[in-house]
This record gives sequence, structure tokens and C-alpha cells, in this order.
Amino acid sequence: MDLSAISPALLIASLMVAATPLLLAAIGELVVEKAGVLNLGVEGMMIVGAICGFAVTVETGSPFMGVLAAMVGGALLSTLFAFLTQFALANQVASGLALTLFGLGLSALMGQNYIGIKPPSMPRLDIPGLSDMPFFGPIFFAHDPLLYLGILLTAAAWALLKYTRVGLILRAVGENHDAAHALGYHVIRVRILAIMFGGACAGLGGAYISLIRVPQWTEGMTAGIGWIALALVVFASWKPWRVLLGAYLFGGINVLQLNLQAAGIAIPVEYLAMSPYLITILVLVILSADKSGAPASLGRSFHASN
Amino acid sequence: MKFTKLLASAAVALGLASAAAADTTKVGFIYVGPVGDGGWTYEHDQGRLAVEEAFGDKVETFYQENVPEGADAERAITQMALQGADLIFTTSFGYMDPTINVAKKFPNVKFEHATGYKTADNVSVYSARFYEGRAVQGHIAGKMTKTNTVGYIASFPIPEVIRGINSAYIHAKRVNPDVEFKIIWVYTWFDPAKEADAAKALIEQGADVVLQHTDSTAPQAAAQEAGNVITFGQASDMGEYGPMPRVSSIIDNWAPYYVARTQAVMDGTWSTVNTWDGIDTGMVEIGEISDVVPADVKAEALAMVKALGDGSYHAFTGPINKQDGSAWLAEGETADDGTLAGMSFYVEGIVGDIPN
Repeated sequence: MDLSAISPALLIASLMVAATPLLLAAIGELVVEKAGVLNLGVEGMMIVGAICGFAVTVETGSPFMGVLAAMVGGALLSTLFAFLTQFALANQVASGLALTLFGLGLSALMGQNYIGIKPPSMPRLDIPGLSDMPFFGPIFFAHDPLLYLGILLTAAAWALLKYTRVGLILRAVGENHDAAHALGYHVIRVRILAIMFGGACAGLGGAYISLIRVPQWTEGMTAGIGWIALALVVFASWKPWRVLLGAYLFGGINVLQLNLQAAGIAIPVEYLAMSPYLITILVLVILSADKSGAPASLGRSFHASN
Repeated sequence: MKFTKLLASAAVALGLASAAAADTTKVGFIYVGPVGDGGWTYEHDQGRLAVEEAFGDKVETFYQENVPEGADAERAITQMALQGADLIFTTSFGYMDPTINVAKKFPNVKFEHATGYKTADNVSVYSARFYEGRAVQGHIAGKMTKTNTVGYIASFPIPEVIRGINSAYIHAKRVNPDVEFKIIWVYTWFDPAKEADAAKALIEQGADVVLQHTDSTAPQAAAQEAGNVITFGQASDMGEYGPMPRVSSIIDNWAPYYVARTQAVMDGTWSTVNTWDGIDTGMVEIGEISDVVPADVKAEALAMVKALGDGSYHAFTGPINKQDGSAWLAEGETADDGTLAGMSFYVEGIVGDIPN
């Protein structure tokens, strides 16, 4: 066992990278669920975002165009879900599952010509002086812009939901869509916008994996992160900062357990491998003891005639 | 009652359908990852395409990808047998028991299970001696590491993986007594993000050679970003990452075997076999060694490939002790296939325990 081999600064820096795709997707899904829609298609939207971002980055040579394309791709796919559940009033669980299956297949098709290509890399936001600081430099000041965007989005979602009129309307729609409708709000419109926001965030999370964290395109490369994001929203009791905490905890313990293994620490690997799930759930369950529940209209279809 | 009747008539209809199309041989493949993984499953799919190429209209192939190991595999294999497959290749270790279970229910369908050890009247097993390739990798790794730290991304603690670690370690240690292996078990065959994280963790802890026993090219990308780290293509050439970080590779060439077994089913000569081929028959190929490797090291590696191929050298040749210090192979003694097939111990010098 040689714990000195683990550098805390590098560890924290890489846990932030590992957590970001999860955070982005989960924040998007949180807003969707706050509007009363349960979209289980996160995984599908992520993987479509991953290939859209990757393909456009390779074709244009610009990672920023790629990121934009990933958001558009994810949002476009989510409009399919929006159409099915908001206009055709299809079951949200089934539609969401279908969206995941469809997204996985579609991304494999789109990605056929992009296997084994290396994308142009995203420039890091190096701040002269600050980035070279010992310890804090690599943690706070030497990341890609998307990582900061993830944190900003969390803050924005929190402020929007808590302090603004838009947030109030969104929550009203999610808590009681009949009342919101009676007050004259466009329930369907609000929900569609929320769904598209969720799609764009999931697409962004996917692109983070294919452009920065891995970076390459491989079929099925999101490997279940979308599902973890879904679970995270529930365990974080629909609170943005808890989502951030949960994502960093999950990403952090994941990276830490790999590092502990490499350092040869004498904890059985099985426990290390399950620790990210266990600890994240445990912490968030303890935090959510204050009984903040799900949005009351979550998963229910709305039609103005009912 | 009605439901079972329905099932029965469906089964009869299916039987008629497959009888009508009896002149084409149907070959099914169960894959653990996507065909585009660039590694393990990609090479199996190349084998499938070779079967189509070889027999044209006389054969019909189909596959199912991303089949999880475990209970769901049994459903997927059953479905394939119900589709009228004459021969089914199940291409991952974790399909072993599901394959045996399904084979019992379909005595007329032939099954081929990759990397396992359980056979039946209609179940053959086949594998490649990847450890021969690992010996070559270990040699190059031992010669080229400057930090004396070699990282190893391991998937599941099964004999095949443990064999690879031992073989690489023995040959690295032989040329570099100071070498140390850091091993990470990721418990997945295919998860690019996790593989990338594991590679990064190893690199951050000083590894300048990363070996992988997982199927995606993500560790290659992580090594490329780090800059001064070398890797080896796993299962497939992964040549797009050469000449640096990928300096060589192990390529699994399943095509000749798949063609031969399909032919055997067509001729009615199929019988249960236990195939374990290596560099000698070409089932294991060593990908081109890039110029990043110094010429003398490359020459030694090629000589080892030749010796492994013509049988003059065995990758597990004594003296070798087990991790606990007890003797395993005496001077000049070589390991027997039985011990290798069930290998569940590290050799002397490797630090850490095998998870179980």
C-alpha cells in the first residue's frame, strides 16, 4: 500500500471531470421533472448528443460548434418525446424507454464513419498565474469551459426555480397542472420547453464524454450514465445543489476507488467497486430526511379537456 | 390452456419455416459489446463477415450485440435458437452457463462458446492463447518503461485475464527486475468512460506503460493525451493510435475458425472440440511493432514471437513461483494446459490480491 502515490490535487481535478457528464444530464432532467414530466430517455439523448457533438467537431474542426450541435441534437431528439407525451398523450415511461432504445440505435448508425478518429481537443481555460498555483491551480483553474458551465447551470437552475417568476410557473405546472392551467398558463408549452432544455443538457453531457472525458467515439459509450443521472435526481430530492453534491460524490468515489486500487490498498476490490453507488445513495438518503417529495404531477399526462 | 396451444402452434409454424429454408445454414453470434467497439467484438464480427464472404448465399448470419453476461444472455441465445440458427457462437466468458443451459433445450443446434471450459454433445469451446501475445507485450513493456511502473486495466478476475497479467509480468520482470505492476479491476468488458478513468488513474500514479484487458480504445486515447505513455492494441490492432501510444497489439483472428466450423456444420461433420490455438495457427497475431520501440527491443520481441509460434518457447517456462513463494514450475518445466485454463493465482512478485 502506497497512498503517497495518489496526488490529492490531480485526484480532485479528475473527479470533477468524471462527475461533469452526470451533473449536466441530471440538472437537465431535474428541470424536466420539476415541470411534471418523467423522461426516461436521458441515456438515449446523451448518446445522440455524444455523436452529434463528435461528428460536428470532426467535420468543422471546432469543439464549440460540436458542443452546440450536441445540444441541438439532444433537444431535437427530446422533441420526439415531447410530441409523443404532450400531444399524443402517450405513456411517459414507455415513451422514455423507447427514446433510449431509439437513441442508442440512431447514434450507432450516425457514428459508423467516426470510429477510431481523434477529435480536435477542447482548449483548456488556462488562466496565467492562477493555473500554475500549487494544489489549487489544477483543481480550480485548469479545466475545460464545459466543466464550469456545469457548475453555472446548477446555480442557474437553483436560482431560476427558487427566485424567479419563470421558476414559479414551472413548479406550478409540475405540482398541479390543472391549477396552473386554470390560472392561464400554457401547461403544454412550459413542459415542451422544459423537455427540450433537458434534452440539450443531456446532449451536452454526452458530448462531454465523447469530446473531453474519453475523447473518441465508440458505440454505447455513455454506458449507463443516463440511468445514473435519473436515479440521482430522485435521491437528490429534486434539489440542484444536492444533484451537484451527488454527482461529485459519485464521480469522486469512482475515481478514488480506481486510484486506491492502483495504489494497492488492501480493501477487497468488490467493496471498492460498489462504494460509489452505496455511498452516494446513503448520503443523499440521509440528506433527504426532510421529506421533500416529488413534484405532485410527475409523470401524469395533461389535457385541457380533463 | 389456450396460451400453451398458441405457443405450440407457433413452435410448429416456426419449425416448418426453418425446414423450408433448410438449404441455407444459419449462423448466429452473441456479442458482449457493440460491433463498433474497435476491439474484441469488432474482431468477432470480422469473423462473421468472413463466414458470409466464404459461403455467400449458402449461409445466413445474424447477430445480437450488447448482450449482458448473465441471465439475460440465456434469453438472447434462446431467441436465436428459436429463429432457426444451426450454429451459434457465444463470444464472451460470461455466456458459459447460459450457453450450456440453452444447448440442453436445443439438442439439434450446435453451440460454440468462446473462452470457456464447459462442453457438451452440442457445445464446443474455443479460445486463443492470448497469453503468448502478453509475453511479447511484457517484454516490450519491461524494456521501455522508464518509471518502472506498468499499469494494467483488468476486467474480471477470470483465468483468461489472470493468465495475461502473469504472462506479461513474468516477461517484464525478466528484462527489468525493478518493474512493478499496478493493477485496476474495472469489472466491465466495455465502458469507455470507466476505462479512460482507470487509465488516467494509472498514469497519474506514474505508469508509463498501460496494458488493457478491456475492449474499447478509450485507454489508448487517454495515453495519447498524456503524451509519454505507451499502450498495446487489445483484441484488435487499434492501429489508428499508432505509432504512439500504441506500439504493438494482440489481434484475435477468429475468421479461419468460424469458416471451418460453419463448413463442418454444412458437411454434417461437426463434433465437440476444445480448441485453444495461439500464434502457431494465426489465431493470435502480433500487430506491427512501431518505430517508437528501439530496434534491438523490436528484434528481441520478433524473435520471441517466432519462438512462441514454432513451439520452441513456452510463455510459462520455469522456474516460476506462485505469489506466496511456493514453487510452481521447476527450471525448464512448462505449464500444462489444465493449470493454465483454470489459473487463479498470481506469480511471485505481483503485489495485491486477486478479487474473488
